[in-house]
Amino acid sequence: MSEIWAFIEQDKGEPKKISLEMATLAKRLADQSGATAAAVIMGPGAKAAAEKLGGYGIAKAYAKDDSKYGDYVITPQAHLLANLIREKKPSLVLVGSTTTGRDIASRAAAKLKLGILANVVDVGMDGGKVRVVAPAFGGNIEVTSQLVNQETEIVTVRPNAVMPAKTTAQIQVEEIAGDVGAESLLAKITERMSQETGAVPLEEAQFIIAGGRGLGGEDAFKMLFDLASALGGAVGASRAAVDAGWISYPHQVGQTGKTVKPVVYIACGISGAIQHKVGMQTSDVIVAINKNADAPIFQFADFGVVGDLFQVVPKLTDEVKKIRK
Amino acid sequence: MNIVVCIKQVPDTAAEKKLNADLRLERTGIENIPNPFDEYAIEEALKVKEAKGGTVTALCMAPETGKEALRKAIAMGVEKAVLVTDPKLTGSDAWATSYVLSQAIKKLEFDLVLFGMQSTDATTGLVASGVAEFLGLPQHTYTGKLDVGDGQVTSQRQTEGGYDVVNSSTPAVVAVVKGINEPRYPSLKGIMQAKRTEITVWSLSDIGVDPSEVGTAGAKEKVVSFSPREPRKGGQVVQDEGDAATKIAEFLTFKKVL
Repeated sequence: MSEIWAFIEQDKGEPKKISLEMATLAKRLADQSGATAAAVIMGPGAKAAAEKLGGYGIAKAYAKDDSKYGDYVITPQAHLLANLIREKKPSLVLVGSTTTGRDIASRAAAKLKLGILANVVDVGMDGGKVRVVAPAFGGNIEVTSQLVNQETEIVTVRPNAVMPAKTTAQIQVEEIAGDVGAESLLAKITERMSQETGAVPLEEAQFIIAGGRGLGGEDAFKMLFDLASALGGAVGASRAAVDAGWISYPHQVGQTGKTVKPVVYIACGISGAIQHKVGMQTSDVIVAINKNADAPIFQFADFGVVGDLFQVVPKLTDEVKKIRK
Repeated sequence: MNIVVCIKQVPDTAAEKKLNADLRLERTGIENIPNPFDEYAIEEALKVKEAKGGTVTALCMAPETGKEALRKAIAMGVEKAVLVTDPKLTGSDAWATSYVLSQAIKKLEFDLVLFGMQSTDATTGLVASGVAEFLGLPQHTYTGKLDVGDGQVTSQRQTEGGYDVVNSSTPAVVAVVKGINEPRYPSLKGIMQAKRTEITVWSLSDIGVDPSEVGTAGAKEKVVSFSPREPRKGGQVVQDEGDAATKIAEFLTFKKVL
């Protein structure tokens, strides 16, 4: 019976949202192809996280609840995953395309001399083989690809490509018997600095409010954070705003920033130049607010407002709060 | 502290791109530019060299045009440049790129291998990790700050909520994020130097790579088909007369997304 794996990232026993998306996708593909969906989880809290995956239809989990898989960066997880793939030979391994996921998938694939289908937005089964769709050239074309002659296929999947679906299953958690040696413990995490904002990570957000040159300064972003908070979303920015020092680089959307695919992208004071467009043009709905009627963004936004964002945004926040009550 | 910086040449973002009959990127007629993420890696390498001494070598796997990207790195202050080029490399995937770069790096003296975060064409962000695995080295990816000590290196690895401090011995692979530094402009002296510096050119046989493992022949992924995405059309545009916020909310409700 072949297995389709979801690689699960977790923090202190809580699976990350993107991992719930991977679990849902693994279950869906397993049902389609008559395989078993299983999860692979490592690090302190792995067993607790595994128990939660039963709620997403996963019947089996391979867990390694060991601190070295949390204390050391990437390599131990990649090597343990590679060893497990070699031993159990799953037909497909789904890894969320996060910074950690990409690193682990790439390192494990290199160790096994396997190819990867990267950053895909759709995964399907086609006669037993995996077929994926990924945007290319900033989202201007969609490319369908397959892996060539691989026993185990590895795919990294973008956030928001799948909606997590709850469905109960009795999960059986198996401790991973193998372990990695000292030669895999290459880079150690000596300190964790986190800004506990409770904010949704930008690439996983369903709502993004982004600010550009039109904001004019750092203080104006507070307005966007208020709206993001009302919507349960995240704040993004154009390169102009980041380069001006009004907001930090992790918020940047665009060619040299993040690529995002939220349900709603509200662009405030952003002209819509191509370098920004390629980072957000596959959003479901785009709203633009700009005082310049000639801004290129109006040519591809679903709804545009020519006006003063300092007037419109706070009022929009009030409207959202009214509706959400 | 000897450093190898891996750079890539990519098609200009603004250029219209399409796949040709072989289902590969049609590269003729498109301007090539150095990958915008790489200049942060070049700058970081130069900063480390200025603090610790040593030599910086830029390495690029590309057709002959890759020399342009290498000359730009030299103009910034990089001393040596290596181009790995071979017709058999056409169609190489991330795996093959990692493998080829690793084989070339093994022929160079290095304490650090630096990368930009990803390329703007394929955007896989996989190569630095692949190279780290092939060389058996620690990896410091998504690095927002780099501190190099004696035989060891400490980085700040960016995470969703902040950063982790990561420490390892050298040699190590480091991939830096945009904004880790302010890349310098090439000086006139640098530009003149770039014209004079001889670029070492290696083929696959020079670095011990079997052609059947790379390029289209060795590619582990294949494109089955592609379709242009319907370009987004602009929708309704309204002037704000004090009511724009209400109209936006109505629109989002109508679209069933609010």
